[in-house]
Amino acid sequence: MEGVEKPRIGVYICHCGTNIAGVVNVKEVVRFASKLRDVEVARDYTYMCSNPGQELIKRDIWELGVNRVVVASCSPSLHEKTFMGTCEEAGLNPFLFQMANIREQVSWVHENSFEATEKAKKLVEAAVNRVRNHESLHIKKLGVVPAVLVVGGGITGIEAALKVANSGKKVYLVEREPSIGGHMAQLDKTFPTLDCSSCILTPKMVEVGQHENIELLTYSEVLGVSGFPGNFKVKIKRKARHVDMDKCTGCGLCQEKCPTRVPSEFNCGLGVRKAIYTPFPQAVPNVPVIDTEHCLHFTKGVCGVCERVCPVKAINYEQLDETLEVEVGAIIIATGFEVFNPSVMTHFGYGKYENVLTGLEFERMCSPSGPTGGKILLRNGREPGRIAIIHCVGSRDENYHEYCSRVCCMYSMKHAHLIREKLPNAKIYEFYIDIRAFGKGYEEFFNRVLMEGVTFIRGKVAEVTDYAESPEEEGKLIVKFEDTLLGLVRRLPVDMVILAVAVEPRKDAEEVAKIFGLSLSGDGFFLEKHPKLAPVGTSVEGVFVAGACQGPKDIPDSVAQGSAAAAEAISLIDRGEVEIEPFTPEIDENICVGCGRCIAVCPQEALTLDEERKVAVLEEAFCKGCGMCVASCPSQAITHKGYTARELLAEIDTLAG
Amino acid sequence: MERGFNPNIIGFLCQWCAYAGADLAGTSRVKYPSNIKIVRLPCTGRVDPVYVLRAFLGGADGVLVAGCHPGDCHYKRGNYLMSQRYMVLQRILDILGLGGRLKLEWVSASEGGKFAEVVKGFVEELKSLGPNPIRELGK
Repeated sequence: MEGVEKPRIGVYICHCGTNIAGVVNVKEVVRFASKLRDVEVARDYTYMCSNPGQELIKRDIWELGVNRVVVASCSPSLHEKTFMGTCEEAGLNPFLFQMANIREQVSWVHENSFEATEKAKKLVEAAVNRVRNHESLHIKKLGVVPAVLVVGGGITGIEAALKVANSGKKVYLVEREPSIGGHMAQLDKTFPTLDCSSCILTPKMVEVGQHENIELLTYSEVLGVSGFPGNFKVKIKRKARHVDMDKCTGCGLCQEKCPTRVPSEFNCGLGVRKAIYTPFPQAVPNVPVIDTEHCLHFTKGVCGVCERVCPVKAINYEQLDETLEVEVGAIIIATGFEVFNPSVMTHFGYGKYENVLTGLEFERMCSPSGPTGGKILLRNGREPGRIAIIHCVGSRDENYHEYCSRVCCMYSMKHAHLIREKLPNAKIYEFYIDIRAFGKGYEEFFNRVLMEGVTFIRGKVAEVTDYAESPEEEGKLIVKFEDTLLGLVRRLPVDMVILAVAVEPRKDAEEVAKIFGLSLSGDGFFLEKHPKLAPVGTSVEGVFVAGACQGPKDIPDSVAQGSAAAAEAISLIDRGEVEIEPFTPEIDENICVGCGRCIAVCPQEALTLDEERKVAVLEEAFCKGCGMCVASCPSQAITHKGYTARELLAEIDTLAG
Repeated sequence: MERGFNPNIIGFLCQWCAYAGADLAGTSRVKYPSNIKIVRLPCTGRVDPVYVLRAFLGGADGVLVAGCHPGDCHYKRGNYLMSQRYMVLQRILDILGLGGRLKLEWVSASEGGKFAEVVKGFVEELKSLGPNPIRELGK
């Protein structure tokens, strides 16, 4: 057994091209490592992660009887799994391996070659002393529930749900609003192809609604998640619709007769809806909900019109919220974004001047199903003659969001095109910092809009005001700006201003992150596992993110990510089993006195007290290996596999000395 | 105080936030002094107070424990557990004449710059404190 066998340690130092070797004296580290106790062999190689690099390790395991391996290279988050796999392929238990991080935590952060080399030596020595104490560990495998939870019914969630469902797996699609569709349903046209947004979205929504593998849970929210990858238990609240979904035929009579008018959220408050409503005509499911905050029956105990007119008796005022629990193997988060509220940037006059709109409000105005029936109108009902579109409102601005929202340039140019189509004589001005037209067909669209007689002015707008300085400015909105190409500060009177507002994380992103155990990146969006190589993965195995909840995205990118997340979920389920990391605690029942301190600190409720034997007992499947119990045990009765006291103290003693 | 004294710091970093933050400092090529050597742990809740004492007994001039911001712990409350231990440890270290040598910081996976700043600051603080007296006793 490895435990009693004399340790024969192989040490491998990676150059990583010049990434490490450019700063760290690799040869010196090899010389140093080869003299350490129990080190059988120390080698260096240009790229340890390459096939020939891995072959070096394998050959030493086979030919020199190396039975413990240390690789000093990049961060373990990158290649720990790679090298553990190498050991396993050579027949060595993969946990008899330790990595020393001499790239991210040495060569990339220290400039002094001598100091970097000394630190690399220390880290290698600590890894050698740690790995000497390693023991073989074994990964447990558990089955996977063949179902997927998709959170969010925008285009990303719809795409993900359809892909998973078409592979024959069960999908629970949870959407907070009364209908799926998300922001894409609010758009009139999509750039750069100018497809009618609802024409391409509605068929997909209908498919979701009719798919035999999709259980659509609209007007619902996820309350909590427990369990572990492959076997999540999800609690979902179904808010009371007060309309029986089985009886309702979607005839719309209730909405027609309801006397209460409320500003429509779907139309960004520009139009009205009733107190019993579907957000928009193509809603899926086409079953209304009663807004109990405004409905006269719920607020004043009067009315009851909808109940009287409903031909199928589907109205049920007594309906209560329901909580249901479902089991799934994987979770896809596609909760989308919100648009920036520009009223905090008071110099643009949003909320003060009625003809200053956000891009999304303008989008509703352009839509044939919108509040003006698709006509571009000022609040006084007249058509605007001159329109200013201001880019980067809330984006690329360190006071609000440092990042570029990636869609505003393109949607602003689309708006210019829509204006040109509907108002051929209007004068259109786009105020931009830089034009970012990076996607397929985007630059071509920019050129097209340029040719359509839209004036592009490079410069930031200082203020939108109604303070006229000349007769032609009377009754207009005056845009004060610096034209950075001319080097002049100018004033331009217009009738309407459209603000290309930023895409930002949803207000409840933090709460959602907590429910699913995700992290947020600095900009407040969900953090992916790796920005390039695992863009839809997260730090929680089996939980994936897709679409604009991970960062601003246009529709093609969101759809691509929805598909990617679906592929991840399908691949996890088809694998049929998940590996449970073996870094769990082991309780020595001869030492444990059953004091219960470990049970009190365990965040997973994986520990219980065996009253009879007075010992703590572990339910391994629930354990996530945090080790809080280990550090809390007053009698050293718990060993943390992979992080034993012997292993850690060997590392600490080396580094301290 | 020793001339040109260069403190030796051991870092106990949680793998989800602070360790990833330290890695990000690397990928972003943010420079900081090489005095810190990092031990990777699943969670700051895994930091046995005894390990901190052991590091000082072994001669470390400073110990940095860094993990997820309050509310962000991957295991819900490991960082709270650590902050309780931190308060107790500080009292003990004060009595032992090791006050100011233990630091607890919250560094998220996106705060590479912050990690570098924390290390820089701590190195300066330790330089003004001088070497670990336990190490001096052994001389």
